[in-house]
Amino acid sequence: MPELDLLGGVLIQSTWAMMPILLAALGEILTERSGVVNIGLEGIMLISALFAVFVADKTLNPWLGVLTAIGIGAFIGLIHGFISVYLKGNQIISGLGINTFAAGFVAYSIEVFWGVRGYYTPKPEAKVPRLPAIGVSPLFLATIAITIVLFIILYKFDIGLKIRACGENPEAADVVGVKVELMQLTSTIIGGALTGLAGAVLSIDWLASITKQLPAGRGFIALALVNFANWNPLYGLLGSFIFGFLWTASEYMKNLEYFTRAIPMPLINTIPYIATLIVVAGVIGRSRPPQSVGVPYRRELD
Amino acid sequence: MVNSRFTEYLVYIGNVALAILIGLALGALIIWLGGYDPVKAYTGLFETSFNPSDYYYFATTLSYATPVIFTGLTFAISSRAGIFNIGAEGQMYMGALGAVIVASMNLPSPLILPMALITGTLMGALWGLIAGLFRALRNVNEVVATIMLNWIAFWIIEYARNYGLGDPRRQEKTISMPVEGRLPLLVKNTELSMAFVIALIVAILVYIFMWRTKIGYYIRVLGAGVKTAKYAGIDPRIITLYVFIIGGALSGLGGALEICGRPPTYAITTAASNIAGFGFTGISVSLLGLNHPILIIPASVIIGGLLAGSRGMQIKAKVPLEMVMAVQGLIIIALSVPGFTFVYRRWRIKKALRGGGSA
Repeated sequence: MPELDLLGGVLIQSTWAMMPILLAALGEILTERSGVVNIGLEGIMLISALFAVFVADKTLNPWLGVLTAIGIGAFIGLIHGFISVYLKGNQIISGLGINTFAAGFVAYSIEVFWGVRGYYTPKPEAKVPRLPAIGVSPLFLATIAITIVLFIILYKFDIGLKIRACGENPEAADVVGVKVELMQLTSTIIGGALTGLAGAVLSIDWLASITKQLPAGRGFIALALVNFANWNPLYGLLGSFIFGFLWTASEYMKNLEYFTRAIPMPLINTIPYIATLIVVAGVIGRSRPPQSVGVPYRRELD
Repeated sequence: MVNSRFTEYLVYIGNVALAILIGLALGALIIWLGGYDPVKAYTGLFETSFNPSDYYYFATTLSYATPVIFTGLTFAISSRAGIFNIGAEGQMYMGALGAVIVASMNLPSPLILPMALITGTLMGALWGLIAGLFRALRNVNEVVATIMLNWIAFWIIEYARNYGLGDPRRQEKTISMPVEGRLPLLVKNTELSMAFVIALIVAILVYIFMWRTKIGYYIRVLGAGVKTAKYAGIDPRIITLYVFIIGGALSGLGGALEICGRPPTYAITTAASNIAGFGFTGISVSLLGLNHPILIIPASVIIGGLLAGSRGMQIKAKVPLEMVMAVQGLIIIALSVPGFTFVYRRWRIKKALRGGGSA
């Protein structure tokens, strides 16, 4: 049954396609639940992906690459969080700056690190190995675990209530003794770390390469997913599967002649973006962002 | 009042200058860490952008200022309405594509240039309108919508180059604008064309539009808050659509002017390489220009200089030219911090409080 094989192949591939989007979205759900918005996901993914390749390729240890990516993501999250939370900066502008910086810095660094322009493929040993029997990445299982843990923390634990309070009504949270600013900074750092992990998935797990446009808009699809998921990690899992499946399916279409004859190759590439727009436009009326997201919290008059 | 307003302007200029300095300083650090010579790099950069002894370089700087004036205006108008239209990139692609379509049509020669500019403007406006509809009618985050549309526009122009609008002799670019459709150059043997003059005029028109017309006023009211706009009897959705249509039209015109006014190709090259990035660079320009149509002009010259000088930097110090984009990102991040303005306001409030106490 070649059709079943094809479907199986698409499903296995989808696990990779959904991971970067889901991880970045989970990070952003946590960040936005605490009241900070970070639209620099694309940039964080890109820079983390770069360093993941650099370290994994040098040490021939993919896990060191993964850890590096998480660390770099956390570091950029720290910078964004510090600007947003303590300096009361404009969070959207800061995020745009991160994306712009990343695009330039990564293109520059590829040349500095490897003396090539635009494109580098790490050695095969630098790639995250697959789990034997099922053929998926171990990071996929980790991603599912993170989703569940994040859901439990946000909804079943005291600390989750505190985090959500910071995003809904920071004044009230402050009054009952929650350290709003510390909570927001920590959430932004963890959000950055998860987005960094997403970068490692792209560069040393799934695609095993680094280019200056590696995330190809996935950071923004993750933002759309946050919206789609109504800031709930479990819906995020569901949504990421839809996005991941569509992305993989459109890649498969390129190999099928009857598709490429109907839709020329460059236009097949637009499918994930069009799908994102349609899916998000279809559900958004029913989702509700945390009330104080994106507004710097100031104690009294500043 | 006048005096305090003047001080406010000085503080803003200080803010911008500080952000640029931070960007360049951190950029120097990255250049040094990359194993290059920062002094040599920046000397190369400025020698090929603001070199007083050779007008060629300054003309190149102004030629790069031209497209980013348009994309900067797109971002500025939306910012004034409290919206982040970061779709100038895709809107510019569509404008350039519009001009290329006209170039392919064998029109009578006096019609080519005006038709190219009009088609480009309309296609940019259409691309803006789509994002605006998602925002206004379905409440889709405009950052997400515009980035998706940027990617869609990118693949549409790649499609056009490969299927139908490609140059039959050179696969790496589209059909070129025929000679009759090209804008005259302002300075011989440079890339600086009349497009720069058009950009200046458009910036002034946008200023008049924003501060002297009803719609411009409504846009600024919307920027004061959606609730404020509703109390003033303004439908935020209609104004949002205006913001996106006008913004898209501006970037579309900018894209068409790149095709009609930039030697040597007068076409779109592979992967949009000759127009890619202007849209995002417009964000830096707008922020440096405090989202003000007139201040965007000097800001575009500063950023245009960075773009023009990046090649000189690469040739003279071997530093990859993308470094300039990283510097821009650092400048944007620095500008996101209230910095001086913040400190100054606090100081003024404290002074006022103290003054109130003693009086």
